[in-house]
Formats: sequence, C-alpha cells, structure tokens
Amino acid sequence: MSKLYSGAEIVFKCLEDQGVEFIFGYPGGAVLPIYDELKNFNSVKHILVRHEQGAGHAAEGYARSSGKPGVLLVTSGPGATNAVTALTDAYMDSVPLVCISGQVPTHLIGTDAFQEADTTGITRPCTKHNWLIKDIRDLEKTIHKAFEVATTGRPGPVLVDIPKDVQFQKTSYTKFKKKKKLNGKFNNQFSQNDIDELIKLMMKSSKPIFYTGGGVINSGPKASELLRELVNATGFPITSTLQGLGSYPAEDNQFLGMLGMHGSYEANNAMHDCDLMINIGARFDDRITGKIDEFSPKSKKVHIDIDPSSINKNVKADLPIIGDVAEVINSIIKTIKKAKLNFAKSNKQNISKWWEKIEKWRSVNSFSFVNSTETIKPQYAIQRLYELTKNKDTYITTEVGQHQMWAAQHYKFNKPNRWMTSGGLGTMGYGLPAAVGVQVAHPNKLVIDIAGEASVLMTMQEMSTAVQYSLPIKIFILNNEYMGMVRQWQELLHDKNYSESYTAALPDFVKLAEAYGCVGIRATKPEELDDKIIEMINTDRPVIFDCLVDKEENCFPMIPSGKPHNQMLLGPKDQKENKITGKGKTLV
Amino acid sequence: MVKAKSAYSIPGKQGKLATHIIVVWVDNEAGVLARVVGLFSGRGYNIESLAVAEIDPKLNISRITIVTTGTPQVIEQIKLQLTKLIPVHKVADFKREDKKVIFKEMALFKVVGSSSKREKAFKACKRYNAVILDKTNKSYVIQITALRREIDTMTKNLKKFGLVSVSRTGAVAMTRGAEIFK
Repeated sequence: MSKLYSGAEIVFKCLEDQGVEFIFGYPGGAVLPIYDELKNFNSVKHILVRHEQGAGHAAEGYARSSGKPGVLLVTSGPGATNAVTALTDAYMDSVPLVCISGQVPTHLIGTDAFQEADTTGITRPCTKHNWLIKDIRDLEKTIHKAFEVATTGRPGPVLVDIPKDVQFQKTSYTKFKKKKKLNGKFNNQFSQNDIDELIKLMMKSSKPIFYTGGGVINSGPKASELLRELVNATGFPITSTLQGLGSYPAEDNQFLGMLGMHGSYEANNAMHDCDLMINIGARFDDRITGKIDEFSPKSKKVHIDIDPSSINKNVKADLPIIGDVAEVINSIIKTIKKAKLNFAKSNKQNISKWWEKIEKWRSVNSFSFVNSTETIKPQYAIQRLYELTKNKDTYITTEVGQHQMWAAQHYKFNKPNRWMTSGGLGTMGYGLPAAVGVQVAHPNKLVIDIAGEASVLMTMQEMSTAVQYSLPIKIFILNNEYMGMVRQWQELLHDKNYSESYTAALPDFVKLAEAYGCVGIRATKPEELDDKIIEMINTDRPVIFDCLVDKEENCFPMIPSGKPHNQMLLGPKDQKENKITGKGKTLV
Repeated sequence: MVKAKSAYSIPGKQGKLATHIIVVWVDNEAGVLARVVGLFSGRGYNIESLAVAEIDPKLNISRITIVTTGTPQVIEQIKLQLTKLIPVHKVADFKREDKKVIFKEMALFKVVGSSSKREKAFKACKRYNAVILDKTNKSYVIQITALRREIDTMTKNLKKFGLVSVSRTGAVAMTRGAEIFK
C-alpha cells in the first residue's frame, strides 16, 4: 500500500510539484494544520505578511514580475474576506493567483461557526473559479486543476477552500507531471485566413496604429520580442495601455506613449483618426475609449485576444483573432516573411503623411509641465527618478491616483514585467505590498513603489514585512497631502469643493520609517532631490522617501468626462474654454 | 434595460432587444447554479425564466434552460461568458421565434368552486394537454403544458372559474426532428 499523506501534506506536495517557491500568507485557526507542515517542506518559503490583502497584492507583484503564478495562504472567515480586494484586483488585471484558504471543519459549515464565512460564495464573482474541498480524495486533483485554471487562457485568480478536518484526513498522493504548453492549443482559434485578412488590411491602410495591452505581457517575454519585430517590420506607430507599458520600448521613436484618459495627445489623436486599429491583447476599457459612440469612428478594428468574451464586448471588432498573442504575432511575422513583403519600404510612402501628422501632434509635447525652482513638481520628481535609475534594471510598482498617471507618463519602460500597477480595479494600497512581492521574486534588483501619501497609508503595515525579510523596497511618496486625483476631479467638476480630499493629519513619514526599522528620507526642495534619490538608491535597506511636492498640481493631458479622444484638455489654461457641463458631470 | 457597463462613457446607441432561450450543459456540482445565475446578476443581464435539473446521473450533467432578453451584443456576451465558466460544457442559444425548436412550460392550477365552474375551467384548459391531477368535491388541480404567453392568458381567464393558486415552471426546450443541440 502506498504511503498516506494528510491533507496539509498534500497541499505542500502539490505546491512542490507545481514548482512553487514562495507563498504569502497569514496563519489562523483554520489553517493551522497546513502551517504545521511548513517545517517539513524546505523548498517552499513562507512570507508572513501583516494583513491578508497584503498577501494578495504581494502575490500579484510576484506573479507579474516573474511570470509565475502567485500563491497565498489565508485562514477562514476574516482571512479570506481580507483577501477579496486582492483577488478582485487580480481578476480585473488578469494576474494568475492561487489562493488557499482554510475553512471551518465540514460538520460546522453552515452553523455560523467561529470565523466561518461562505468563502466560495463571496469569492465566486472575483475568481476564475473556486472550489470547496469536502472530500480529501479531491484535494490533489483540485489543487493541480487550480494552477491550470489560474495560468491558462486569460490568467486570473482561483481559490481553494479547505476545511480543517480535510487538512487532517489522510490519503495517497500520486506525483504530478506538469503538462507542457497547454495554452496555445486550447485557446488558439484563429486560422491562416485571419492572418491573411489582417495583412491585406495592413497593406491597404494609410493610417494604421498598433494598440497593445497587458495581454502582450501575459503572453510572456517572447511576445514582447515578437511585437518589437513586427512593429519595426511594419513601420507603424504603436501606443500602449497602462497595463501594456514595457512590452514595447518607450524610448523608441515609433512609440507614441500611453493612450487613454491621461494618455499622450499624439496617441489619442492617432487612435481617433486612424483607418486601421490593431488591438493586441487590450480590452477597450472605458478609460481608453472615452465616449464610445465617437471612439475612432473611421477605423477598421482588428482585435487579437486570447479571451473570446473580450471580443465585441465594448467595441465591435471587424476582424477578431482569438489566440495567444505570441503565437498570433509569430504567424503574422511568418506570413510577412513568406510572402517577402517589404513593409518598411513599400509602406513608407503609404504612411509617411500619417507620420507627419503624428509628428505635429507630438510637437504639442502634451506631457510637459511648468517646472519650478521653489517646489518640487511631481512630474519632475518622476523624471529625476527615471534618469537616476534607468541604468539599473528597475522594477516599478504604484498605488492609485495622480502619482500613478505621472509615473506612467514620465517613467519610461523598456522591458516587460517591470511595471506593476492596479489598472482595472484601481486599488489604493496596491503598490507597497506588490513591491514586497516583486522584491521576493527579484532579491537583487531595485524595486520602487511610486506612491501617494493617501494610498500608501492603506497598506503601510507591510513595511514591517519588508523589514522582517530584509527586502530593500523603496517607497517613493509624492506627498501633496491631498487625495490628488479626487481633488483634481473636484476642481474640474465640483466647483473646487474639496470635500474630504485633504488629509489634515498625516504621520511624519521619516519617523514612521524609523519606527518600522527602515530608513526615512525627506526631500522638500528641487535642488536637493537628486542627492536624496541617490541616497535612497544606495541604501541597502527598505526606505520610505517622503517627497513633498506641489499640492495643487493636476494631471494633464486629460480626456474629460463624456468627450471623445480628439477633445483633450492639455493643461490648466485649456480647461477654462473646455468646461465639462451637463451629463459629463455625473460620470466617474 | 441594458445599462452601459462603462463608468465613464455616456451610454451608446442600443441595439434591438430580442428574447432568446439559452441552454447550458453543466457539471452537476455544488454552487454551479449560483455561478450561472451570479453571472447574470453580476453583469446586469436579465433572466425571465429558469429551469434546471440533472439529465445524466452517470456523467453528472445538468441542463439549464434560461429565457433572457437582450440586444444582440448582450446575448453574444452571455454566451461567451457562460462558456468561460469551468463547469460549463456547452452553450446553445436560439431565438424564441425559432421554428426548429420546441419549448414548453408547465403550470399547475388549483380551482376551487362549484362543479360547473371547475368543469368550465378544465374545458378552457383542454387545448393545452390538460390533466386533472387531483380531485375533491370542492377543487381540481389541473396540469397544463403550453407556451409562456398561453399560460399567462389562462391564468387571467381562469380567475372567473375560481382559480386560487398557480404554480409554473420555467421553459424547457428541445430541437425538432432528429437533430440535437450542437
């Protein structure tokens, strides 16, 4: 008879077989048997967080920066409910997470037992799938299935809820062999005809644009390489969503910058005026499209996505291509090569006028701002941060708000998996724990959380985690004492009634850093900024950097509520003539 | 009504609404109905009626029949989103007007009153495969199978014959002829 293992042991056997190196978690009554087994499995290292939301975001940071699924382990009831925000965040941004939660023993389920919650019920709408294990014999195959669901197709979070009695029960375990390359075969539904059709459109187009998103990153580093090859071969302009930044080098001339609500003038205008839009792994989110009826009215739209339900959800696609981004791009490149099409040459004539137009938009220099010698402008701070860190392989996470948009505008990403931000759900407090996860995955790299003082306070306790594991993350706070994006909207839409957007009592972040046992640095004047940033980079411990910035700076350019792409506000002067009225005011 | 999901854009132009019958084959496991129904409520889709039961105890398969109304885009989304659910095996969809498909609902009527009224009630029901399931000297329980609007009409018409209680199922559907749902 084969050896019998307890449910708790099987959890770790599965994690081992899946190649999991780190789990982020927090113990509690209903997972104690699993925690008890931790000592027997050396290949799995546990990172103790300070709040389960932190575990979730840390696992997200780990997953996005490494391309591997993130694993978190939480207890029943409050442990699981605390993880819900992170699971929802991962669901919105397609991050592969496996959440293992403890549950009260099966005979107590449904009795309102201590720390009981209907975890599978609560997490049903925010996971790709979840399971409640009622029989020990299901445990092994369910956990392996969980990893498969999380990582294949469009990735996302899953949850396995394990009652405490199941963790004690015993059964046998069969060694698991990972199947190779499930993804392509199951999800590629495109044919050579689709590719030929696309190439026909590309040949005909005189105003084409690539619009790329997080799907390129999720498809793996190979997809980013292929994208570069394709873009260079065609000579077409390319813009990217917030989540796609890094898949194409930001410093390349063909890159028009990020598009959308706070995207560049050239990217948004090019999207509006183009005659062929090739969407690669993006989902026509409302922050991208603006007013949907006036979104890119004259273009043929090609939509390449692994998720069939993304097609025609918000914007009708003329040519849908369902498949893994890397494999679709690979087919496109192969077909171009086979037909010996010389795009760069034959197309130059075709699209040269288009580039002229784009250059005109570009000359508006929409990310520019009025710098100051008195106060630190937040944009300037990020520019300096970029200049001083660009020679290192730097990983950036952010919180949510103005600082996030400034980071996206002014920090230039040249490699995939270097940019971790909460785009879909917009979770304040994401960046700090995400930085913890990134640093765990890349212990020797520079990891910076570009933060706002309001966001970072939501998960500040994870500094304690960073200190415990000697993770030298850098928290770069653009401190304007306001919830800046809220303040900006109140200024633009609510007659400057700054209702509850000012934080009248903030901690002294330098002292707070010291209290956590890390290093606090403060910059108040532009002239000292560089030295302080260098000091931060050279500190081999976690740092909280309190950068006091202009309190009233707004994030421009901006597509105001209810307006299409070609009606952007470029700066403070612009907004007087282009007032948001009527319906626009009621929109978020 | 279909509301724009976008928090930012002004609702776009709406397509024409149509009623569809969607048939879903699922693993009969705990929570599967909640997943399907939760998808509808979470995304703001509409359920007019719902019928669900296990159809294959060996393979553990249940068949869910949902009547829903939506624009062509919404119907398309419903199908694609349903297909993404892990326990869902296949999804079929057809318009209510589709001539190739039969669909039926069942209703139970309880009529209380004089025997002549009860008889009239039963007579009125006759075209809809009426069966008396229970009989006392005061009451009938009549079973009919019919289309949704026919049952609606009957519910109205039977009032005068002493209808005191109605119980009805959601629609179930099947293709005509030798074909089965793909």
